[in-house]
Amino acid sequence: MVWAAGRYIDWGVVSISLTNLLVIVGMIVIFVLALVIPFPREHVREHEHEDDS
Amino acid sequence: MSASPEEHDRSWTVAVRNRVSGLVPPGQVLPDQQPAYVASWIYVFGVATLAALVVVVGSGVVLAMGGAAWWHTSSFGHFVNSVHLWSVELFFAAMVIHLWGKFWMAAWRGNRGLTWATGVVSFVASIGAAFTGYLVQSNFDSQWISGEAKDGINSIGIGGFFNVLNPGQMLLWHVTLLPVAVGIITVMHVVLVRRHGVVPPLDDEREEVAR
Repeated sequence: MVWAAGRYIDWGVVSISLTNLLVIVGMIVIFVLALVIPFPREHVREHEHEDDS
Repeated sequence: MSASPEEHDRSWTVAVRNRVSGLVPPGQVLPDQQPAYVASWIYVFGVATLAALVVVVGSGVVLAMGGAAWWHTSSFGHFVNSVHLWSVELFFAAMVIHLWGKFWMAAWRGNRGLTWATGVVSFVASIGAAFTGYLVQSNFDSQWISGEAKDGINSIGIGGFFNVLNPGQMLLWHVTLLPVAVGIITVMHVVLVRRHGVVPPLDDEREEVAR
């Protein structure tokens, strides 16, 4: 069985497989989400106080 | 006969102990508290990289016990090989996001240049480890990749020392030299992070000059 080669996106001298492009886009999305989503710090502190009592 | 206090202080055991115990400030080897600015998801990716590296090494050890061709004939070997591959994918994804975060923080500030440099060297060594991994799959994929890679390696003049067409040499580089290099540099990187602390935000007025 011969599998078809992956889909490639060509832009001038740049040639990248669609899969690799999606991985890079996904990493950028995760990077941006890591900057904007608040870290649950207060929740942890409240939990620590509960343990202390 | 016992050594005098002066002789005791000059012993290599004491010298090594003092050197090791002085690598990081007291209480900073495994701190349970961090500055408030560390409470951000962007600070998670360094530890995520370390966690992925543990899985990479662990699955690699299991693959090494089975042998280079084990994963072709065993369903369990195939599973372990997939764990090895995907933990490497996560390792590089987490490391690159960690790199992006540290670059935009200018994380080399505050006498942290060596921390930044060891991170760069660790990244390069990891790429070498990953590329040799492609060459030891013992299939037509690795054969094709090595055939393509040899011209590049020869063009920079190191083909006589690093023969990508030699699967035995590539396998030994992949399972010994490069993991040892990545491991040592990673330990240096983590010790330096603990030594100098996590870099404060660029707009933090309390930024220290140098430690």
